[in-house]
Amino acid sequence: MALAGEDFCIVAADTRQSDGYHINCRYAPKAHQLSDKTVIGTSGFYADGLNFVKKIKQRMEWYFHQHDKTMSTTAIAQLISIMLYQKRFFPYYVFCVIGGIDENGKGCVYSYDSVGNAERVQYQAAGSGNELLQPFLDSQIGLKNRSNENETLNLTEEMAIKIVKDAFSSVTERDIHTGDCVEIYIIRKDGVECQKYPLKRD
Amino acid sequence: MNYPNPFADAIDYQRMEQHYDQEALDSLNAISPMTRTQQPIVTGTSVLAVKYKDGIMMTTDCLASYGSLARFRNVERMLKVGDSTIIGASGDISDFQYITYLMDKLMTKEYNANNGQPLAPENIYEYLSQVMYQRRNKFDPLWNALVVGGFQDGKSFLGYVNLRGTTYQSETIATGYGAYIAQPLLRNAVEKRNGEPLTEEEAKKLLDDCMRVLFYRDARSLNKLQRATVTAAGVNISEPYSLETEWAFAENIRGYGA
Amino acid sequence: MAAKTGFNFDNYQRNLFMEYGKGNNMKLPKATKTGTTIVGLMFKDGIVLGADTRATEGPIVADKNCEKIHYIAPNMYCCGAGTAADTEMTTALISSNIELHCLNTGREARVVTAMTMLKQLLFKYQGHIGAALILGGVDCTGPHLYTIYPHGSTDKLPYVTMGSGSLAAMAVFEAKYKKDLERQEAIDLVAEAIQAGIFNDMGSGSNVDVCVLTKGKVDYLRNYIKPNVRKEKEQVYKFNIGVTPVIKESIRNLVDVVDVNEMEIDQ
Repeated sequence: MALAGEDFCIVAADTRQSDGYHINCRYAPKAHQLSDKTVIGTSGFYADGLNFVKKIKQRMEWYFHQHDKTMSTTAIAQLISIMLYQKRFFPYYVFCVIGGIDENGKGCVYSYDSVGNAERVQYQAAGSGNELLQPFLDSQIGLKNRSNENETLNLTEEMAIKIVKDAFSSVTERDIHTGDCVEIYIIRKDGVECQKYPLKRD
Repeated sequence: MNYPNPFADAIDYQRMEQHYDQEALDSLNAISPMTRTQQPIVTGTSVLAVKYKDGIMMTTDCLASYGSLARFRNVERMLKVGDSTIIGASGDISDFQYITYLMDKLMTKEYNANNGQPLAPENIYEYLSQVMYQRRNKFDPLWNALVVGGFQDGKSFLGYVNLRGTTYQSETIATGYGAYIAQPLLRNAVEKRNGEPLTEEEAKKLLDDCMRVLFYRDARSLNKLQRATVTAAGVNISEPYSLETEWAFAENIRGYGA
Repeated sequence: MAAKTGFNFDNYQRNLFMEYGKGNNMKLPKATKTGTTIVGLMFKDGIVLGADTRATEGPIVADKNCEKIHYIAPNMYCCGAGTAADTEMTTALISSNIELHCLNTGREARVVTAMTMLKQLLFKYQGHIGAALILGGVDCTGPHLYTIYPHGSTDKLPYVTMGSGSLAAMAVFEAKYKKDLERQEAIDLVAEAIQAGIFNDMGSGSNVDVCVLTKGKVDYLRNYIKPNVRKEKEQVYKFNIGVTPVIKESIRNLVDVVDVNEMEIDQ
């Protein structure tokens, strides 16, 4: 999942890799740092995710050598959409979200389907727990279905991290595929920080 | 009101089944230009591996099954690659032999390059996982689950890759039935240590205990196994050996009910 | 015409047609499964049964602390894996029949009797009742432990496991089971086997239930171990009063309240 604040952004993913009812690995990272301003989270088929991220990084390196600058988050967002659509008829079985800081210094999140449909959003959940997570985010960050329309959310970083931690511990309770450990990437103007927290392992 | 007869289709279906053109189907199959591995034929069962104090320890049994037939009973399912890497294979044996060929080719190329930089276990693992992933993208997978173990520059490496190109690295790895039967025991043993690595004797005992349980419960296993270690001293694959087993309790079992 | 005697599986055929027949795509309702770890073993003076407490509906946890060790008779308990409703109802039915059997014969029921009733019921339904059971109990002929599969076959073994976590649990038994364990050793081994299922099989989870059956005594240790207690949440998510929008409001009196003289009621 990912969510954007005013001048920061958070991308978080659990680290369980599973096959059927079996846990392959309790620590297999599926969130990856792409640059100082962008982090990607992938779910779905793990090998596709890993190779897709590898390809993105390669394209980013080419871009760097050609233009002598790191790709911006919005440019990466566009790239990902195109790369996904290029495999329209044999898609990457990957549901990804990216989070980062855009050119204006604002937090941003882009969400995709597996064939490249892209959308800029404020927050997004993807993967096996997304049906459980998204309504929670709608309520707590989107402030949906509330009578006071004028209510605005002043989302601070601490608050956001708390919400992310609670979201993951709650999804772990009810989604059997989610668990073991959560990695939270916090993207700020001055760089990226990664925090790890244990989740239940059953 | 008129309701459709739900059985109408079934009757049609039965007629169709009798009249489809077997010959036409056969000739269609005959001209198909390419065949792929769509199922494993001669197979090996679990591979187990753990990290321990001095490096990596890995075990496989020596059986290559042909369906439910114990066809080849003296097959080595571990492959030494270079001086610091070992590959253990479960799944299709012919595909594993092809991987053996690939590794030979790779190492020959490396030897000729003579650049004084031997391939690290990580490099061989990456190479293998790319081969596996690309073959699955061609819908022509190499039907294996492979475990790559290595020890170089004081660092242990243990990784898994399978026919879909799925990869992970972990303290303990088990493939096939071993994933369901041995992995819980391996995880228990390692987690109990709280980060303290297993000694060689402990690792040996742990893997033997797991292989014994697998021999009891995996119908495609054999009590003739090999143990390999990768340490600073290099790769060592043992001669085949057997484990002590216990069947005395069976004396007391009578029937299945009354 | 359906045959007058023998088995009749017309409804099974009908369900297949409704689900897969041409132009039909009625999905049958999904039953709650207990993707489960259940185990049982014999020790020196009786039987120990064990179960995890997770019930699932596909990938979703339906119940975090359900009971999978069912009562059959005062001297008999039964662990169930498979379709939750089937395990619940079959054990309840057999429990009822065993009680009637006891009243008829005036004796405590034997474990084989329950086992035979269960296997005959399950065999009759040819596997359509998805109940995989571990039956344990102590009767006048000693302790007994049986497994009963959905198709009606049975096993009589000193240590058994069932459900999606059965392999993980069996690995523990195969590695550590010994004949004539002491009571506490047996309980510990059962708990370890269940925990192997809880942590390695995603269909199993939450807590460990244990039931110890010895001659004349049953100890049902509900939630014997709780290895998965949830940590406290970081925040409290309480909505202020009035947050939910009120779209329409109408208040009606459904009854008229009238003062009644008490004297009139007495008359």
